[in-house]
Amino acid sequence: MVDKKRADSFIQGICAFPGGEGIRQCIQCGTCTASCPNAERMDHTPSELIAMARAGMKRQVLSSNAMWYCLSCYLCTVRCPRGIKLTDLMHALECLAVREGLSHGRTLTPAMYRSFNDFVYSLGSLPEVGFMTWFYMWTNPLRALRMLPVALRLLRHGRLKIRARRLSPEGTNQLRAILDRVETLGGAG
Amino acid sequence: MKKYAYFPGCSSSDGGAKAYGQSTQAVCKVLGVELIELEDWNCCGSTPYSTVEELASFCLSARNLALAEKEGLDIVTPCSSCYVILNRTNAYLKQYAHLKAQVDEALAAGGLEYHRTARARHLLDVLVNDIGYDAIAAAVKKNLEGLKVAPYYGCQLVRPRFGFDHPENPRSMDMLIASLGGEAIDFPMKARCCGGSLIISEEDLSLGLIGRILNSAISRGAECLITPCPLCQTNLDAYQSQVNKRLQANFKLPILFFTQLMGVAFGLSEEELGLRSCIVPAEKALAKYL
Repeated sequence: MVDKKRADSFIQGICAFPGGEGIRQCIQCGTCTASCPNAERMDHTPSELIAMARAGMKRQVLSSNAMWYCLSCYLCTVRCPRGIKLTDLMHALECLAVREGLSHGRTLTPAMYRSFNDFVYSLGSLPEVGFMTWFYMWTNPLRALRMLPVALRLLRHGRLKIRARRLSPEGTNQLRAILDRVETLGGAG
Repeated sequence: MKKYAYFPGCSSSDGGAKAYGQSTQAVCKVLGVELIELEDWNCCGSTPYSTVEELASFCLSARNLALAEKEGLDIVTPCSSCYVILNRTNAYLKQYAHLKAQVDEALAAGGLEYHRTARARHLLDVLVNDIGYDAIAAAVKKNLEGLKVAPYYGCQLVRPRFGFDHPENPRSMDMLIASLGGEAIDFPMKARCCGGSLIISEEDLSLGLIGRILNSAISRGAECLITPCPLCQTNLDAYQSQVNKRLQANFKLPILFFTQLMGVAFGLSEEELGLRSCIVPAEKALAKYL
C-alpha cells in the first residue's frame, strides 16, 4: 500500500533539488533504463527507482546501489521524452542518501566521492595522486598494491606529481569562507 | 587576437593530463588565441562533489565564474567535465531563484558576487567555431594524409545539451581531423561512456566500458584515437594494459588529446606537445608526421 503522506514528503524532498522536480513527469516508458550503460548492475533500474520513490519507498530507494552506478554520461537525460534530467535526479538521490546516512555499503563510490571532496575542501583543487593513494589505503590497501603498476606507468611518463597545487592564502581563505557558509545554509535540497 | 579566461582544471594544469594543458597552450599560440589563466581558480565543482554535496558544488563552480566575470572574459576549459559543471551552474542559477539566493549568500561570505554573465566554453568549441576549420587548415604544415584517426567524444562534451554539437552523433572532431588532412573513422562507440571516475571505485565495470570503446575503434581500422577529455584519456591510455589482461586482447591504440594531434599537424615538436606522456607509445603511429 502506498502511504500517501510519506510518499508526498519524500517526493517534495527530491523536488527541492535542481532537476529533481522532473520525477513528477515520468511516464514509466523505460527509455532511461534502456539507455543506461550500467542498468544491469543496479539493484533497481532508473525507471524502477522512480516508481518506487513515487510509491513512498524512501528507505528502499535511498539504500539502493542504483544511483551510485550512475556514470553521469547523461544519455538518459538527452533521450527522456518528458525532458526529465535523470542524471541530476540520480545526484539528488545520492545527496539524500548521504544526508540520511544510508549511502550504500556494497559500492565504494560514496567513499570515493567523500574523499575527493575532503581533498578539494582543504586544498581548493584536486591532487590526483594524494587522493587516489588515500582512497585506496583507506578502503582496501590490497587494491592499492594491485594498482601499483598503473601508478608506476603514470610516474614513468611524468604524470604523477607529488606536490599539490595550492591557491594563494587569500584565495584559500575566500574559498573556505564560501564553503563554510554553505554548511550553515544546509544544502540545495 | 581572441582572448579568453583559461580554466585548465585540476588534471590539465599539473595533474595526469599535464600534456593536455601544454599542447593546448602550444596550439593556441599558433592560432593566435590568447589564454589568460584565471588567477587562483579552484576545482570546478566536479561531478563527485555535485553528487553528494550539491550546493557546495554550485558554489565552487560559481566562484570560478565570478572571477572570470570580473575580468570581463568568457571561460574556456579543455576539460569536458569542468565544461558540464560550469554550464550547469550557469543554467541552474538562471532557472532556480532559491538556488541563486543561496549561492549569492555563500559567495558574499567570500566578498564575491556573480551576475551570470560569464559564458563557459569548451576549448574544442572555441577552436572549431571561433577560429574555424579554415584557419586551422591554413596552419597545417604536415598534412596528416593517410592517418586513420578515431574521434572519441565521450559524454560530457556533448551531453547534456549545452548547444555545442550533437549529443549522440557529434561531428566536430571528424571535421577537425579532415581539416588536418587525416581520415576520421566512423565508429559506433564514439560518444559512449568510458566509466569516468568510477574507474577508481568500480574498476571491473569501467574496464568493460573502456574495452568496448577500444574494440570498436580498432575494428574500424583506427591507428590512433583523439579525445577532448582528461579523464577519458587517462582511462583509455593508462588502463589499456589492464583491459588487455581482462579481455585477453592485445590493444595498442595510442590515445592522444585532440590538441596533440593538431600540434603534430602544425609541425610542433614532441616536447611541446608532451607526446612522451602517452603510456601507449604514439611515436610509431605518428612516425611519418613527426
